[in-house]
Amino acid sequence: MTSGHRLRRVLGRIGLYLSVLMLISPALFFFLWMLSLSLKNEVDNMAIPPVFIPNPPTLANFIDVFEKNDFLTYTYNSIIVSFSATILALLLGVPAGYGIAKTRATKAAMLILIARITPGLSYLIPLYLMFQWLGLVGTLTPLVITHLVITVPIVVWVMIGFFEGLPSELEEAALVDGATIWQAFRYVAMPLARPGITVAMILSFIFSWNNFIFGVVLAGRETRTLPVAVYNVLTFEQVSWGPLAAAALMVTLPVLLLTLLMQKEIVAGLTAGGVKGG
Amino acid sequence: MPAAAATAVARSRGKRNYARRYWVFVVPAAMIVLAVILFPWAFTLVMSVMDWKVGQAPSWVGLANYIKMFGDERFQLSVLRTIYFTAISVIAPVILGIAAAVCFHRKFRFRGIARTIFILPMMATPVAIALVWEMMFFPQGGVMNYLLTSVGLPPAQWIYHPDTVIPTLVAVETWQWTPLVMLIVLGGLASLPTDPYEAAILDGANPWQIFRHITLPLVWPFIVVAAVIRTIDALKAFDIIYVMTLGGPGTASETINVLLYQTAFAYYDIGYGSAMVVVFFVMIMMVSAVLLHIRQKEVFQ
Repeated sequence: MTSGHRLRRVLGRIGLYLSVLMLISPALFFFLWMLSLSLKNEVDNMAIPPVFIPNPPTLANFIDVFEKNDFLTYTYNSIIVSFSATILALLLGVPAGYGIAKTRATKAAMLILIARITPGLSYLIPLYLMFQWLGLVGTLTPLVITHLVITVPIVVWVMIGFFEGLPSELEEAALVDGATIWQAFRYVAMPLARPGITVAMILSFIFSWNNFIFGVVLAGRETRTLPVAVYNVLTFEQVSWGPLAAAALMVTLPVLLLTLLMQKEIVAGLTAGGVKGG
Repeated sequence: MPAAAATAVARSRGKRNYARRYWVFVVPAAMIVLAVILFPWAFTLVMSVMDWKVGQAPSWVGLANYIKMFGDERFQLSVLRTIYFTAISVIAPVILGIAAAVCFHRKFRFRGIARTIFILPMMATPVAIALVWEMMFFPQGGVMNYLLTSVGLPPAQWIYHPDTVIPTLVAVETWQWTPLVMLIVLGGLASLPTDPYEAAILDGANPWQIFRHITLPLVWPFIVVAAVIRTIDALKAFDIIYVMTLGGPGTASETINVLLYQTAFAYYDIGYGSAMVVVFFVMIMMVSAVLLHIRQKEVFQ
């Protein structure tokens, strides 16, 4: 009886490990193959049967990407756009999330939800025309502003959840002691909500970094962000797989590293709101 | 007594005043929302009743753009394709996501790192993964056909054939978004009470019975939420389709989103594109409303 139980438990464990392996293998295989493509020369990349382990690994593809393209400019654009859109979203969205949580403004929360539901594409025609009239097409400003469409709802949504979860006694005590509501927010609620702000910051940065559709329409030759550049420039000028995989890897590497380092915060944020940009 | 009542009234009024004053916090964000979210909605409505092509003076045409849509076979096919794409892009990730959540709910060694690897596809830059998938699906020399033939299956045309293009895109979409379903359902599993399980084990229920009759009904609201989010995201899917196929081969994978992009930014027909946006927006809102209604009923039952 007991040996039967033990056998069942061991089999159960093995089954669990096999299932987990099956679940993660598509992701594992994909990213390893991406790495493999980027580290192989063109002969090995086109070989049939495929060569899995680069022998010897070469950085030629990465060097090629930097030599033939203005990759540094695109990286700079991406950094400026994603950081600006995230910082602006935090400045606007953290107080807004607080205000909505405090007043239980469900209508405002619904508006944020609708903004989250609306396809990013549907903002694009009017905003494109507006930026054209303002003469801003070809600068980074339209990109930063349109990325707010993604980042502000993420920040507000995450922050509503965090501020609603905070006990209100401390702020009330501060108000009774004569603090203004601004002081109660700035010195009592905000420090307590720091974990929430971190989550909101990471998520809005990632989804702004990943955004493609706004850049593909609004960016000029010099103002392409990385996802736009890797699609527009590289796919047309480079038919070979190695440099393309190397460029794709470099575009997504910051996000992958951020996910690996901050997985706890990211999981918490995504589980709470089911947020996704675009 | 009256004095106490008066202070109580004053206090509650004070509280209400506070509540009103908190609006100050929302004003800056509200202005931005007005400028970049509400203004585009309103302006799209205006453009949709205009004959508006880039480089020409717009003129009022009433509902002509909307009427045109009813006779436009390309638009109607794109609607059907969107429904087809969405249906399987919801079902597959939801089923796989539930299975994954049940696995990741158990405790085992390397769970943290396994879960992180599992969620990488949904965090990675869509354009980057689309380009790499495109290389993998390449019929000659692509690694996917090598994998197929090495297990004895015939090679496929993947995204390069009208019959297989949508299932292939759905496979990528499923690979990418099953993790989100998993996370939401995992959150549900974490909140479950333990007593029904103890009782069931005492009664000698097997794991499948426990899953079917205890776990599934208890996490059902979370599954519905995941399905709602997945439906909305699948309707809006753009990056993967645009980068991998641009709606092709021919128009075999042209969903509404891709068609309206092409209409507005490749054919520069702003008026007709805007009308499509309006119809698409209404469709998404209706689907969301229906799903949220179902969700509400489910939650309160």
